[in-house]
Amino acid sequence: MKSLEELRAIKEKASKHACRYRVHVCGGTGCTSSGSPRIIERLEAEIKANGLENDVEIVKTGCFGLCALGPIMIIHPEGSFYSMVKEDDIPEIVSEHLKNGRPVKRLLYEETTKTDNILPLEETDFYKKQHRVALRNCGEISPEHIEEYIEKGGYEALGKVLTSMTPEEVIQVVLDSGLRGRGGAGFPTGLKWRFAAANNADQKYVCCNADEGDPGAFMDRSVLEGDPHVVLEAMTIAGYAIGASQGYIYVRAEYPIAVQRLEIAIKQSREMGLLGDDIFGTGFKFDIELRLGAGAFVCGEETALMTSIEGNRGEPRPRPPFPALKGLFNKPTILNNVETYANIPQIIVNGPEWFAGMGTEKSKGTKVFALGGKIHNTGLVEIPMGTTLREIVDEIGGGVPNGKKFKAAQTGGPSGGCIPAEHLDVPIDYDNLIEIGSMMGSGGLIVMDEDTCMVDIAKFFLEFTVDESCGKCTPCRIGTRRMLEILDKITKGQATMADLDKLEELCEHLHANSLCALGQTAPNPVISTLRYFRDEYIAHIVDKKCPAGVCKDLLQYKIDPDKCKGCTLCARTCPADAIIGSVKEAHMINPEKCLKCGACMEKCRFGAIYKE
Amino acid sequence: MSEKKKTVPFTGTKEQEDALLKVITELKDEQGALMPILQRAQDIYGYLPIEVQKRISDETGIPLEKIYGVVTFYSQFSLNPKGKYRISVCLGTACYVKGSGDIYNALMEKLGIVGGECTPDGKFSLDACRCVGACGLAPVMMVNDEVYGRLTVDDIDDILAKYE
Repeated sequence: MKSLEELRAIKEKASKHACRYRVHVCGGTGCTSSGSPRIIERLEAEIKANGLENDVEIVKTGCFGLCALGPIMIIHPEGSFYSMVKEDDIPEIVSEHLKNGRPVKRLLYEETTKTDNILPLEETDFYKKQHRVALRNCGEISPEHIEEYIEKGGYEALGKVLTSMTPEEVIQVVLDSGLRGRGGAGFPTGLKWRFAAANNADQKYVCCNADEGDPGAFMDRSVLEGDPHVVLEAMTIAGYAIGASQGYIYVRAEYPIAVQRLEIAIKQSREMGLLGDDIFGTGFKFDIELRLGAGAFVCGEETALMTSIEGNRGEPRPRPPFPALKGLFNKPTILNNVETYANIPQIIVNGPEWFAGMGTEKSKGTKVFALGGKIHNTGLVEIPMGTTLREIVDEIGGGVPNGKKFKAAQTGGPSGGCIPAEHLDVPIDYDNLIEIGSMMGSGGLIVMDEDTCMVDIAKFFLEFTVDESCGKCTPCRIGTRRMLEILDKITKGQATMADLDKLEELCEHLHANSLCALGQTAPNPVISTLRYFRDEYIAHIVDKKCPAGVCKDLLQYKIDPDKCKGCTLCARTCPADAIIGSVKEAHMINPEKCLKCGACMEKCRFGAIYKE
Repeated sequence: MSEKKKTVPFTGTKEQEDALLKVITELKDEQGALMPILQRAQDIYGYLPIEVQKRISDETGIPLEKIYGVVTFYSQFSLNPKGKYRISVCLGTACYVKGSGDIYNALMEKLGIVGGECTPDGKFSLDACRCVGACGLAPVMMVNDEVYGRLTVDDIDDILAKYE
């Protein structure tokens, strides 16, 4: 790539689509798991059988976001949205829709067919409140073809930066946009760049944190799978801004599709001269290498990540010195997360005012959340900062299924907290979430209903941190274990109120004395559940009851004699022979033999078995 | 703590050794080459027994204790061979809330092993993993690279039967 003109010529050529229909099939992890590769194979075969090869183009895209309804297929130009597509539906869709131009209404996403006109995807409840910036191209382009990225305006920001801006101007634009790190801590991105730019060294590095470790967060994976070039472009811009010629992407090995698409993207960028020497004929030199993680949560912490790239145990290092001064291989380094980078090219193209025009006073732009847990529309949503949790859960997410009541939303993963129903109307931004005892984190948002026990959830997160604590510093290594032991006692009904005091004391110690954010934030799930659900802890400790009916040691399964018809099904199902009773007489459960597996309750056709 | 496991004798072939040496020659002069070398070595052998670690140490000059330290730090590196079919159950938050803990327990019961172990016939190994990112399909488990989603305990027998 020698000039902007050359880029524009490629864009011009790519924008000429000869086909009447473009069929987008999601090839992200979610839809691949629910069978989209077989859908594509079948589509290809049917299109060939109908002689439509010249009329229809199949595009394997990244994630559309609505993973719950996968495999997903969108037919453009009109944007008809087929959800939960089955292989056997393909012949009908091809012959009716693609050949005769008649969409198969009964197979379209229900919400789009309520009126006579079929609604396009963008107008459904799930999409209409969203504003896609970081996810702009996900589901829109084939991530394995650089031309499609260029068609959507890709690499124009890099061209603009290299041919008409100084590094200082680039940093100023990022600063003015108000962009804050999307990985969790929310540090101003421009400031990070300015610090690294100010330090002189023979070599500097640009790193991308794609070690998305928070369980339940998968937005970075979707960007890498759906739009890998945006990350490469942004890292190259960052390299120019701070004076670095080498970049590293540290990506989880658990994301094979993302790794493969990044490899393809890097190869294509090199071939087109968008990575390498003399980019856009300006003499600027930059290259990117992939490094794979190996399953250690702590490596999402910036200093641990760099230690891991260096080929060591991924243990964090004390700060200062900060990475901007001494980072990877002891050279000045910046590290940003995938979603942060995904915003950069558009900030450059549209200007910082455009970006700063979205969001709240201190949190600009949009944020991607991964909706999961007890919610209808699980998937990825991108909303302007300042949207309320209620809008996300009820309007976009479609609420809690099975008529259950919303209990809490967990954000921030193992470093975050649970937000109860009383705070559903708080506008979401970095500072508000911290104020109500949680944090933005990377954007996982898990909805919990009345069947979730908050002590059990706190214990679940502590099990996670005990497992993932790297062991370098004592407060985290020993402290998390002691906290887990106390939580375990509480869920077994063996704790006293004195244990609860001890638990709270430990929270303070860990927060104040741990070396890195993993240990400092490990108590957050406990602190936040204690703040909003203390009565549940007390019920476990004092009354020896689990109000949500989760903690097995505090449960008893019972049979309501009025409802029991004596069908004997439960007795035959019970693996422990704990149910006694004769035919057509009310049965009983022997609590000493009962394993509390719940098999009887599942099988009972009369709803006679309950737990308390 | 887990019970003592039997050591499986190391049975590396000449082809595997040649492949390993090629990887080492290719990568060893790069900065921070140890992790990529170990990842490729595990692809070649399926696990990282001490014999392989020693060989890497001899060829790269990196002390064995450092290599062992790195191997034992990361959960994806394994000192023991895995089963022909590697089952991993996602215990990430979204899956946990939807009952993946029950799936994991049922698998342990059905296979007669605990997490991290391999059945005596070498067929199945079982692990818990943290979020494969398919939260929309929770709860999820993987057998080798095949993902099974929207699971209930009742689905397990059918899935295992596919691999019998």
